[in-house]
Amino acid sequence: MANVNEGSSAADMVTCTIDGVEVSVPKGTRIIEAAEGIGLGIAHYCYHPALSAPAMCRMCLVEVEGAPKLAPACVTTVGDGQVINTESERALKAREGTLEFYLFNHPLDCPICDKSGECKLQDFVHSEGRARGRSLEAKRVLGQDDFGGDILYDGDRCIMCTRCVRFMREIGGEDALCVVQRGHRSVIDTFYDEGVGENLWAGNIVDICPVGALLSKDFLHKARVWDLDRTPSVCASCSQGCNIYLDGRDNAVARLRPRQNAEVNSYWMCDYGRYNYEWLNRQPRLESPLVGGAESAWQAAVISLVERLKALPSGTRVRVVGSAVLGNEDNGLLARLAEVVGDGEAVFRSSRAADEETCPGFPALRRRRDLAANVKGLELMGFSRVGDDEGHGGLAATAGEVLIVLGDDLADLPEGFARGTELFVHLTTHASAAASGADYVLPVTLYAEQEGTFTNADGRVQRFWPGLQPPAMARPAWQVLGVLLAGLGDGAAPADAGNAFLRVAQLHDAFAGLSYENIGARGALVNELVRLGAGAVEEG
Amino acid sequence: MAYPYRHEKETVVLTRGFGDPRTRTLEGWRALGGYKALGRALEMAPNDVIEVVKASGLRGRGGAGFPAGVKWSFMPKDDSKQPHYFLINADESEPGAFKDRELLRWTPHQVIEGALIGAHAIRARQVYIYMRGEFFEPAQIMARAIEEIYQANLAGKDILGSGVDIDVTLHLGAGAYICGEETALMNSLEGRRGQPRIKPPFPAVAGLFGKPTTINNVETVAAVPHIIVNGADWYRSFGTEKSPGTKLFNVSGHVVRRGNYELPLGFPMKEFLYDVCGGIRDGRQLKAVIPGGSSVPILTAAECEDLALDYESVAAAGSMLGTASVIVMDDRTNIVKQVRRMVEFYAHESCGQCTPCREGTEWLAKILRRIEVGQGTEEDLDTLLDLGANMTGTTICVLSDSAAAPVASSIEKFRDDYLALFGRAPEAPALAAAH
Repeated sequence: MANVNEGSSAADMVTCTIDGVEVSVPKGTRIIEAAEGIGLGIAHYCYHPALSAPAMCRMCLVEVEGAPKLAPACVTTVGDGQVINTESERALKAREGTLEFYLFNHPLDCPICDKSGECKLQDFVHSEGRARGRSLEAKRVLGQDDFGGDILYDGDRCIMCTRCVRFMREIGGEDALCVVQRGHRSVIDTFYDEGVGENLWAGNIVDICPVGALLSKDFLHKARVWDLDRTPSVCASCSQGCNIYLDGRDNAVARLRPRQNAEVNSYWMCDYGRYNYEWLNRQPRLESPLVGGAESAWQAAVISLVERLKALPSGTRVRVVGSAVLGNEDNGLLARLAEVVGDGEAVFRSSRAADEETCPGFPALRRRRDLAANVKGLELMGFSRVGDDEGHGGLAATAGEVLIVLGDDLADLPEGFARGTELFVHLTTHASAAASGADYVLPVTLYAEQEGTFTNADGRVQRFWPGLQPPAMARPAWQVLGVLLAGLGDGAAPADAGNAFLRVAQLHDAFAGLSYENIGARGALVNELVRLGAGAVEEG
Repeated sequence: MAYPYRHEKETVVLTRGFGDPRTRTLEGWRALGGYKALGRALEMAPNDVIEVVKASGLRGRGGAGFPAGVKWSFMPKDDSKQPHYFLINADESEPGAFKDRELLRWTPHQVIEGALIGAHAIRARQVYIYMRGEFFEPAQIMARAIEEIYQANLAGKDILGSGVDIDVTLHLGAGAYICGEETALMNSLEGRRGQPRIKPPFPAVAGLFGKPTTINNVETVAAVPHIIVNGADWYRSFGTEKSPGTKLFNVSGHVVRRGNYELPLGFPMKEFLYDVCGGIRDGRQLKAVIPGGSSVPILTAAECEDLALDYESVAAAGSMLGTASVIVMDDRTNIVKQVRRMVEFYAHESCGQCTPCREGTEWLAKILRRIEVGQGTEEDLDTLLDLGANMTGTTICVLSDSAAAPVASSIEKFRDDYLALFGRAPEAPALAAAH
C-alpha cells in the first residue's frame, strides 16, 4: 500500500525549469507560486496570494518555451517539463512596455504621495522600466473620491488592478466597491454614498493597493514611509493577536499594519485594531518612581519596597491586579510575587465587546469579545476576571490588605480609594488620580516599548518586540518584579525578557517547553495537555 | 419589394428571403421549405449532425473562420452531469459589419432553425441569442419569431414529437462592443461586467455559468439548415476547397452600390468591387480596402488587384477576411483620419481590464489626433509602431491587437499620408516629457 501511495504522490508532482533552476511542485501550482518557492519574485499588481487572480495587470507575463504567447504567471499552472523564462528578451520587453503604459496616465506625484517608498509602481519602473518615457500627451484627470470611513481614493494614481474590489467581495464579504466606466475612463467607485466605512475590514485595501490610489485619512501626509521605524509586533486591541508591524516616527506610533501569519490573521487586521493606537502615544508619561509621592531613584525605591514586603505581618492578604495588555512575563512574575509575599489572589479587569466580529473571507480571524491581547495568558496563569464589561469596578480596596496593581490605570476609581490598605503599589505608565496616594508608584513600559509575549484566545503564544523608546526611567514590569523577587530571595533577577519567560514557563504548566527560540516569529501553541484539560472541564 | 439590390453574380442561399416580409413569419419561412432541416436533424443522432457539418467544411463567420463542426465536436458527449448551452452571437458591432443584422431582420427563422439544430448537435437544451442592444427592429422581429415557434412546438418540450427539449431565449445587450467577444458575452449574459475571460478554460469546458458551451455567429448557424437539407457535398460545391460555401459580403465606403451580397468564397476582389459593387463612386481611384471589418490590416489598391475573397488568400495578402465587412476608400481619403477614428472606437470600447489595451488604445488615439492637426513628427511614427507592438499578444483578448493592427499597416503602407501632415501646424505647445 505504501508504494501505491508513494507512486500517486510522485504522480501529483510536476517538474519545471524557471530561469535555469529546476523545481518540483504539486500539480496545479501556478508559475508565480513555483517561482516564489525558489526565491524568485515575479513582478505583479493584480495578483495577491489571498485573492482570486484576474490576470489583468499583464505584469507577470513570462515566456514558456514552445508557447506562442507570453503566459500570465499568476494563472498559468506549471506543466511537467516546462521551461519558463522570466528574464528572456520577450518577457523583459513586455514588462518594460506594460510599465510604460502604466505611466501614461499615472500622475507621478511621488513627492506628495503617501505610498512613495513602498509603491510597487515606483519599484518596478525603477528596476525594469524605460529610462525615459515617450508620452507627450496630456494626462487624464479624475480627482479624488471619499470612500467613507478612513478611505480616500485618488483616481489619477489608480492602476486598475482591482485588488480592492476583490478584497471587499472576497474577504470583506461585501460588494462595496466596483469598477465603473470602461477603458481608460475606468475608475473604482462605491455604490451611491454607501462607501466602505461600515466595513470592519476596509482598512486593508490601503495596504494591498500597490500604488497610492487608496489612502488612509488617518495616515494622510503624516510621514514619509522611509522615515518610519518598522517593528514586528502583535495587536493588543483584542485577544485574536493579529500579527502587525508597528510603524513609528519620532518615537510615536504613526500607523499599524498587518503582518502575515497564516495561522492567525492571514494578511489582514480589523479596523478596530488598526486605528486603536493613540493610547500608545499618550503623554505625559510617568517618568520617575514615586515613594510616598516623592520622586526617588530606582535603587532606593526597590530597596525600601523589599523591606516593606519583608516586614509584612504573616497572613496579610495580598491582592495583585494584572494587565491584559502586558506580557506573560510581566503578569507571570506579578503572580509569583503574590505567592511569595503571602496568601493572595490574582485578578484582572478588561473590557469586552458585546459580540465577536468574524472576517467573512478568513473566518479564523475575528475581532474577539475580549478587547485586550493577553486575557488567555492571564487566565492560564491563574488570574481571575473581576469588574464589568467596561473594565470597571470589582476593585474596592479592603483595609489592611496589600494591593499591587500592574498596568491598570484605575480610571474608574476615586482619589484615595486605597486609603487604609497596608501597602499600595502601582506599577504604571501614566500617573493616575486614584493612585496619587499610593505608597509606591513605579514607572513601567508599554508593551510597545519592551520585548515580551501575549497568549491569544486560541492559546498561541506570540512574541512582540520594542518599537518605541520608553521614558528614561521606565522599566519593563518583568524587570522590576524580577528584582523585587530576587530581593525577597526568590531566585535571581532575569537578565532579559527571554529569561523572564523561561521563569514563567517553569511556574506554569501551560507554557512548559516553550522558549523564545521555539516560539519564533510566528508563535507557538501553549502546551497541548493544558488545552485538552480546559476542554475536558466543559465536558465533565 | 425587392431587396435593395441584387446582382446576377450572387449565389442566393442565405439571402433568399431578403426583401420579402413574408419570410419573417413562420408560415412564410415554411413555404420556402423552412424547418424541414430541423425535422431531419432531430431524427439524426447528435454526433451524426456534427459529422455532416464537419464534412461541409462550414467555417465560423464571426471573424476567426474556425470550422464549426470541429468546434461542436469539442463539447462533452455526456450531458447527464451538467447542462450544455448553445449561444448565438448576434452582437454584431464591428465597424463596417452589417450582415447579421440583415439575416436577423429578414430571416429570423433561418437563424432559429440553425440554432435549434446546433443545440441538438451539442446536446444543449437551452439556446441564448445574445443580440446587441441597438438592434431594436431585429429584436422585435426575433421576439415575434420565437413566440411563433413555441406555439408551433418547434421549441420547448418534446419538439415535433422527437423527445428533444430545447428552449430559446433572446437577450439584449447594453451596447458594448466588447460583449461580442465570446467570453465577455458570457459574462454579460450572466449579469457581470462584460469583460473577456482568461482562456483556458475554453467555453467547451467551462463557458456560460461555468458549463460546457458552444457559441456561434448568426451567419454560421444560418447556413446549417441548408447543409442538413442539401448535404455536405452540395455545400462544398460553392467556394474553395478550404473555404467552402457562400458568404455575405457587406460593403461600405466609396463604391457605387454599398450593401450585402452573397457570393461564393474565393470570389475575385476586383470583380467584386468593380462589377458587383459597381466600381468606385464618382469615377475616382481606389486607394485602400479593409477587407474584414475595422480590426484587420488595411490593403492597398495594388494588393487587391489579384486577390481572391477567401480566408486563405486574404491571409496570404497580409490581412484577414474576418467578417467580410469590406470598407472601401477612394483616393480622396485621408488614411490618418480613418485610422484615428478606428483607434478612437477601440479606445472607447476597451473594457479596461488589461493595461496595454486600457492605456495603449487611448495613447494611440492621442498621438493620432495630434498628428492629424499637424503637430506630429516622424518620431511619433516610431512610437506608434512600438506601442502597437507592445499591445499585441500581451492581453486577455484581441481588442488590443485589433486597435494596433490598422495603425501598423497604415504606417507601413500609407506612410506618405502621415508625412504630408507633419509640419502643417505651428509648433506644438511645449510639453515636457512625462518623466
